[in-house]
Amino acid sequence: MTQTSSALADEAPTMMQRFVKSHFWHSFKIDRVAQLSFMVFVAYILMALLAPLLAPFDPYDPASIDIMNSELPPSWQEEGESDFWLGTDAQGRDLWSTILYGTRVSLTIGICAVLLQALLGICIGLVAGYVGGKVDSLLMRMADVQLSFSTMMVAIVVLAVFQATFGTQLYQDLAMVMLILVIGIAEWPQYARTVRASVLAEKEKEYVDAARVMGLRAPRIMFRHILPNTLSPILVISTVQVANAIISEAALSFLGLGMPVSQPSLGSLISSGFEFIFSGIWWITVIPGVVLVVLVLVMNLLGDWLRDVLNPKLYKG
Amino acid sequence: MFAFLIKRLAQAIVVMFVISIISFSIQDNLGDPLRELVGQSVSEEERQALRDELGLNDPFLERYLRFAENAVQGDLGTSYFFKEPALQVILAKLPATLDLVFGATIIIIGFSVPLGVYAAIKPRSLLSKLVMGFSTVGISIPVFLTAIGLIYLFSIELGWMPSYGRGEAGHIFGWDTAFATTDGLIHLVLPCITLASIMLPLFIRLIRSEMMEVLQSEYVKFARAKGLSPTRIYFLHALKNTMLPVITVGGVQIGTMVAYTILTETVFQWPGMGFLFLEAVNRVDTPLIVAYLIVVGAIFVITNTIVDLIYGLVNPTVKLFGGK
Amino acid sequence: MALLDVKNLEVSFGLRSGAVKALRDINFSLERGERIGVVGESGAGKSVLGFSILNLISQPGRISAGDVRFEGKSLQNLNDKDMRTIRGNRIAMIFQDPMMTLNPVLTIGDQMIECLLAHRQISKAAARKIALQKLMQVQIPSPETRLDQYPHELSGGMRQRIVIAIGLLMDPDLIIADEPTTALDVTIQAEIMELMLELCERNNVALILITHDLGVVSQVTQRTMVMYAGRVIEQGPTNEIINDAQHPYTQGLINALPQMGVRGERLQQIRGSMPSLQAIPKGCAFSNRCDYASERCRVIPEFTRSGGCLVACHMVEELVAQSENKAQDGGA
Repeated sequence: MTQTSSALADEAPTMMQRFVKSHFWHSFKIDRVAQLSFMVFVAYILMALLAPLLAPFDPYDPASIDIMNSELPPSWQEEGESDFWLGTDAQGRDLWSTILYGTRVSLTIGICAVLLQALLGICIGLVAGYVGGKVDSLLMRMADVQLSFSTMMVAIVVLAVFQATFGTQLYQDLAMVMLILVIGIAEWPQYARTVRASVLAEKEKEYVDAARVMGLRAPRIMFRHILPNTLSPILVISTVQVANAIISEAALSFLGLGMPVSQPSLGSLISSGFEFIFSGIWWITVIPGVVLVVLVLVMNLLGDWLRDVLNPKLYKG
Repeated sequence: MFAFLIKRLAQAIVVMFVISIISFSIQDNLGDPLRELVGQSVSEEERQALRDELGLNDPFLERYLRFAENAVQGDLGTSYFFKEPALQVILAKLPATLDLVFGATIIIIGFSVPLGVYAAIKPRSLLSKLVMGFSTVGISIPVFLTAIGLIYLFSIELGWMPSYGRGEAGHIFGWDTAFATTDGLIHLVLPCITLASIMLPLFIRLIRSEMMEVLQSEYVKFARAKGLSPTRIYFLHALKNTMLPVITVGGVQIGTMVAYTILTETVFQWPGMGFLFLEAVNRVDTPLIVAYLIVVGAIFVITNTIVDLIYGLVNPTVKLFGGK
Repeated sequence: MALLDVKNLEVSFGLRSGAVKALRDINFSLERGERIGVVGESGAGKSVLGFSILNLISQPGRISAGDVRFEGKSLQNLNDKDMRTIRGNRIAMIFQDPMMTLNPVLTIGDQMIECLLAHRQISKAAARKIALQKLMQVQIPSPETRLDQYPHELSGGMRQRIVIAIGLLMDPDLIIADEPTTALDVTIQAEIMELMLELCERNNVALILITHDLGVVSQVTQRTMVMYAGRVIEQGPTNEIINDAQHPYTQGLINALPQMGVRGERLQQIRGSMPSLQAIPKGCAFSNRCDYASERCRVIPEFTRSGGCLVACHMVEELVAQSENKAQDGGA
């Protein structure tokens, strides 16, 4: 939001006024779904940031875990205990605390991976669009190939091979970095294509020729025009991409290629409960599952809303 | 047509080359054939001698060429676990995976086209809103949760479908498939729905938005001005143009589909390639991992060629046959 | 009985900020074989007028008042099926950009034959024969091969000829041509216009020619309507409008034409630009750009007859007097 408001308002003194008057703010004010989604999203961010303060137990601290407490149902059920209001998981960890920390892990991986995607994609897109010619076609060809192999496939293969090579122990220590790297690297074409398209559009404009005629350096002026132009598509893509990254991470964790159970993300928490679900211990899977689905749903709804409001020219395909 | 085939072939060679390099590097770094051949009791000197004899100390290029030569002849090594040629082990599981992919594709096409078109033609109707709401929720649910939900509802609560396995497979034209028997079909339902659920919402949304754009176009207005019936306008003029970007995206999504077979097969313990691959990873069964990668690479190349052919048939501006 | 009779036609677009009227109080009629030009700046509502006759205005637009009668029968109350027997059959339409009008994935032949099959119970072979004949009428070289080609294989001028051929397929009584030459090269523009004129004359087809080009209008049409901000502000015989425009806006349009200005003199422009439909001034819509505007222009002007034309301007008499004075001054 702050990003967009600064894009809409160039001059500092009128920024707030212009933001309040803007189409963006107006559409937000009349859209209930967008408001609700945004509030829920903020709540998730707060949950993730304040997890150590909000959580009654530290799920990473083995000393606070008692195996005797394992598989307790939520406190509103008959056998539940009031200490653990969402119950406990198979290792005896408080589920509420673990979910808070898990949300933190999932969001961290999602956001960092998307930052990496954006960084790579924007750089490659700028180079491809600006240099053009063979470099451009080579880079875009690479983007096609990369996309056709699909993130999940690349991630599964890379992570599986990594795990097989270096063993489970080292893998578990490096899991978060690996997940960010793999998801971050695999999805760069999304950004690269969008940025390249706007560089190409900007290159066509007359001021570039004018700048050249006047002996000015076109690139600098161009990029000052390009980046604001790409801001709205990037914002839309990013929202959806974070949602996708979180889902990909969850899927990889489910396959045992994601976060280890000692430091669970929402995905690995769901996965760890899977083997118990058919014996009636539903909460280890269902509660983090709902938390995950709501998070991703809210981000997708925000992404849809941004797409409708900003109406950027997104690269299709 | 000839130029197209040449271009495709060149692309296929590049892709397979990249995959073979990756596969070879994996094999070279991961697998120690000595461990499989002789075990722990052999001395270091004997090991070195054996290495020389097997050509394991040769330069990289030489080793790669040897690998490639064998690979071209279909020899991808012997699975450590099954003690059988890796390619054979993988190919034996291929029909089961193709069953899944085929079933899911039918579901995706069968539902996404009518629903997407309907949502585009009547964007304000209740059904359209339901469909769009469903697809937004749909893309937000991770596939393994869908699977767990389906198993819980249909297998455990209602007891209508089996929760795992492929059931009895039959033969159609000599091809081993679960579509041939009732038992197989029942086993297919849940895994196919699961696999389809990943892409169905995406395609519904894509078809809807493309169709809405096409319906705004001048040629659709012109078709209306010609006095054509809505059926012809929607299902010939508009749909044919809508399908062009959809086919392109479909080609890209094949990779995702294959990737998600691994997940689906794991949840349903479906005896396919993906399930086998994960087991191979856990057992560090390198030849099997390599064989899987190469078979999957070949599937990519083949399906992408088919998608390109279909695209060329639908889009007259692409020349497949003769010409430039 | 007039072929087409448009009475008090009003079209509004329901936007979130309220309904906007794109057309108001449109009145005109057209005889069989008559050619009328509709002139105005972009945004004046010319194209909306064309589409509203065939009831093809895109959402959220609708005809909110008035009536369109074709051969005495109201088109408003027709259901979609009956309307389709008019579209493309009795009234054909030619669009602005031939690059966008033809469906890129269907052959020329398909797009011609489907139109014939939609309106007549004939065989495909018979339809193909008619299509071929129409292609010859629009002077397309080697028409047989064209039928099996796709639009992208043809040039813009060629495509517009094909669009015209499609318009002629059912021997319609009326053709509505919406800027048929704007998207084409200047050299081809004249050819296409000539072709249309010839075909209309030969087949006695009435034509509504929507354009912003007064030159084209003067070549082709017998009568002209000038539109501004959704209203007709002047209508009458084309030669009178071109040579002796009464409304200040029409005068402005004509003075802005290059060949009308004197050599070496600056072209005269109408100051300002047409207001958006939401910001039309009260009373006469042109008053904020008009050099002659006065207090009276706060009220919407009625049509007054001036020579052979109908003019919607309060100041017509003063203007006429003024120009007569000028003429006398010049003569003296």
